[in-house]
Amino acid sequence: MALLAYTIRRLLMLIPVLLGMSLIVFAIIHAIPGDPALTILGEKASPQALADLREQLGLNNPWYMQYFHYLGNLLKGDLGVSLHSKAPITVEMGPYLAATIELTLVSMLFAVFIGVNAGIISAWKQNSWFDYTCMLIALIGVSMPVFWLGLMEQWVFAQELKWLPSIGRDNPRDPVAEITHFYIIDSILAGRWDHFRDVVEHLILPGIALGTIPMAIIARITRSSMLEVMRSDYIRTARAKGLGQFFVVYKHALKNALIPVLTIVGVQVGLLIGGAVLTETIFGWPGVGRYIYTAIGNRDYPVIQSGILVIATIFVLINLVVDLLYAYVDPRIKYR
Amino acid sequence: MKKKVLTAAMTSLLALSMVLAGCSSSQPAQQPSDQGQAQQQTPPAEPAKNEPKQLIIGRGADTKSLDPIRETDGETFRVTENIYETLVSYEDTNTTVIPGLAESWEISEDGLTYTFKLRQGVKFHDGTDFNAEAVKFNFDRWMDKSNKYHNPEGFPYYNDMFGGYKGDPDHVIKEIKVVDAHTIQFVLNRTQAPFLANLGMSPFAIASPKAIEGGKLGDEPVGTGPFKFAGWKRNDIITLEKNPDYWNKGYPKLDKVIFKVIPENTARLTALTSGEIDLMDGLNPDDAEAVKENKDLQLLLRPSMNVGYLAFNTEKKPFDNPKVRQAISHAINKPEMVKAFYSGLGEPATNPMPPSLWGYNDQIKDREYNLDQAKKLLAEAGYPNGFKVQFMAMPVPRPYIPDGKKMAEAIQQDLKKIGIETEIVTMEWATYLEKTRLGEYEMCLLGWNGDNGDPDNFLYTLLDKNTINGNNIPRYSNEEVHQLLLKAQSTSDQKERETLYKKAQELIFNDAPLVPIAHSTPPIAAKAGVTGYQPHPKGSESVEKVDIQ
Repeated sequence: MALLAYTIRRLLMLIPVLLGMSLIVFAIIHAIPGDPALTILGEKASPQALADLREQLGLNNPWYMQYFHYLGNLLKGDLGVSLHSKAPITVEMGPYLAATIELTLVSMLFAVFIGVNAGIISAWKQNSWFDYTCMLIALIGVSMPVFWLGLMEQWVFAQELKWLPSIGRDNPRDPVAEITHFYIIDSILAGRWDHFRDVVEHLILPGIALGTIPMAIIARITRSSMLEVMRSDYIRTARAKGLGQFFVVYKHALKNALIPVLTIVGVQVGLLIGGAVLTETIFGWPGVGRYIYTAIGNRDYPVIQSGILVIATIFVLINLVVDLLYAYVDPRIKYR
Repeated sequence: MKKKVLTAAMTSLLALSMVLAGCSSSQPAQQPSDQGQAQQQTPPAEPAKNEPKQLIIGRGADTKSLDPIRETDGETFRVTENIYETLVSYEDTNTTVIPGLAESWEISEDGLTYTFKLRQGVKFHDGTDFNAEAVKFNFDRWMDKSNKYHNPEGFPYYNDMFGGYKGDPDHVIKEIKVVDAHTIQFVLNRTQAPFLANLGMSPFAIASPKAIEGGKLGDEPVGTGPFKFAGWKRNDIITLEKNPDYWNKGYPKLDKVIFKVIPENTARLTALTSGEIDLMDGLNPDDAEAVKENKDLQLLLRPSMNVGYLAFNTEKKPFDNPKVRQAISHAINKPEMVKAFYSGLGEPATNPMPPSLWGYNDQIKDREYNLDQAKKLLAEAGYPNGFKVQFMAMPVPRPYIPDGKKMAEAIQQDLKKIGIETEIVTMEWATYLEKTRLGEYEMCLLGWNGDNGDPDNFLYTLLDKNTINGNNIPRYSNEEVHQLLLKAQSTSDQKERETLYKKAQELIFNDAPLVPIAHSTPPIAAKAGVTGYQPHPKGSESVEKVDIQ
């Protein structure tokens, strides 16, 4: 019951957060110079055509009128219409969001699996060669620029070794039929295992590029958190009882060490969804980050606003889920 | 005990790496459905006899919409040119007008009536007939703002090329008469010299009236062209399929054309090298050499129809003085610029229009790179010790100036030597365009890509006093040039027009409102097996004649 009340309270808190954020985003994009009409009509437009278009897009109204107009539509569940493509943003954003979420999940899977395990073993084998190697790799991983890593991956694995495809989500010569826009699911639904393999192959390089930094962060956090827990009395007790090392580490210690890791994972997932622009650009990934990035260049105000709003909502929701998971991992945590 | 845990952990790591490796070491050749797939051990095998011929074109950005009247960008036209056709067309590598959907035409003595004979037996992709009524339907849609199929945001190219819309005082077309099913007549209000050339421009593409009425032309285009629209995943791929009923027998050679968005230039080249795509543009000039040396690839050069220039704000001091502008012209080492910033893929420019256009004045000898001469002119202008200005450099690579910032830095060094201190500033592209248009700058880099291969499209557009606040970035206003350009616009006689444009170029050269730096020849990289690809100076082309081995 307390959990339900907590969840509802957290969801209600979303409203002021999103409202405040939409206002900030709105203010910023209207403060930067640049004219959406000019970007729509291009370098060659006549001044008259520009003036007409500005009027028609409602850009001549005062900013607060534009903002309230936008909010009004938002309440009706209408994210607005792209100034550029004239398509409703709700419809347009779906496939992009799916592409980004698919990539994010894969890279987080990679990051969590490798990061947590490397962190655990490093802590347990503290000061061993394994520990040093892992932490060195983690340090390099944290400081590795994503675009550099991405280009290197493409060069080695696509261009030189020809093991993996370097761009896109599927093979353009034989594209996946879109149903849910999650290609892994779509290829399974269609029963096309060749497509499934193709999609997985396309996910590997961008997944690793995107997952490397979170992986390194997770490894470091897990290690330090585990080190702390491993020194506590109950671990000594567990060992004294004669429990197996594996059991002690993965069952007793990990559970208590997991809270900070969980927090980091939550934050990282949120960051990846909005921050995958570089990876998406390098790997030709038609994701939501690039969608918004292009919209900024075009001064496509509704797309920027709604795009950021959607990502922020996802970010907040993920962190809510993480908060709820705390109780599952550590029953001592109570929600009030 | 310890060993056990380590083993467990290592096994899990190993398991993952095996998953990764497993995905990569499989043999695509074993799976029949994977034929022609990109990621093969060797470059993609030659397609078997019955294998459909596909061409994948990698490019930097997606098309905005497939209704050509709505858009002005090249990424839209390079796709629509394969789907739709225009009444007249251009030769493969230059802007000479040739028949398109119109087989032939007659121009009346006074230059006011154009009668076109249309090609017979042509059908739109939706099965409806192409005829004079269809042509009229399209023109009515374009020229009449109150037509219910007109684009709500207007048709920028129509407005620019045909003097406004129906009812505007300068509108060129007075009346369109359907003479019979395959003959259509255009009566003009005034003579317009580049009228035919204009009709060949990609935005003036004839679409199926039925599809226009359907209201979804932008998403589901229907034309008469060599390829039919087959599908579009936004920001990813557009797929076109062969039109088996295409009137030009024997074409197209390809069964399928796929336009694939890969924003990053380096990644696009990697995709080409690894065989995932067959052709690309937007090659970094630095990579041109590598493409030339790779025997699996070929390098194609697009004939220049552009100019990259350094503009002065002629309304502001000290650039209101022609001597200052001439001095700076002497201080720019154009051949070195071409070598350094275009990797040699371009030629130094003298005039604001490229030499591939008719009417180019090749008698004008460019100001040589001579710093003493520059200093002398500055002193004559009253600035013996130079001055300080702000210099705007483009934030994005354009075909006419691949790297604005680096070029600005090189110019800065040279100007320093003659005492002119410059502060290089740059800003986001949309802002940059706005500021340069409105004259909120002192000195800037910019350029122009031509549209229809007519000198008017460079000289009038860039330097007539009517286009201030538009594309006349230097805000150059010379009454004599203005009169020459207007006269050339209303003359049909090509010889006379040539004379007028040559004279205008002389005057412009003397005033030096801008320093033309280079005409670039943008490189295109393709697989060695791609044949018949002819880059057109106008910037995009249909791939009708392209074949792939």
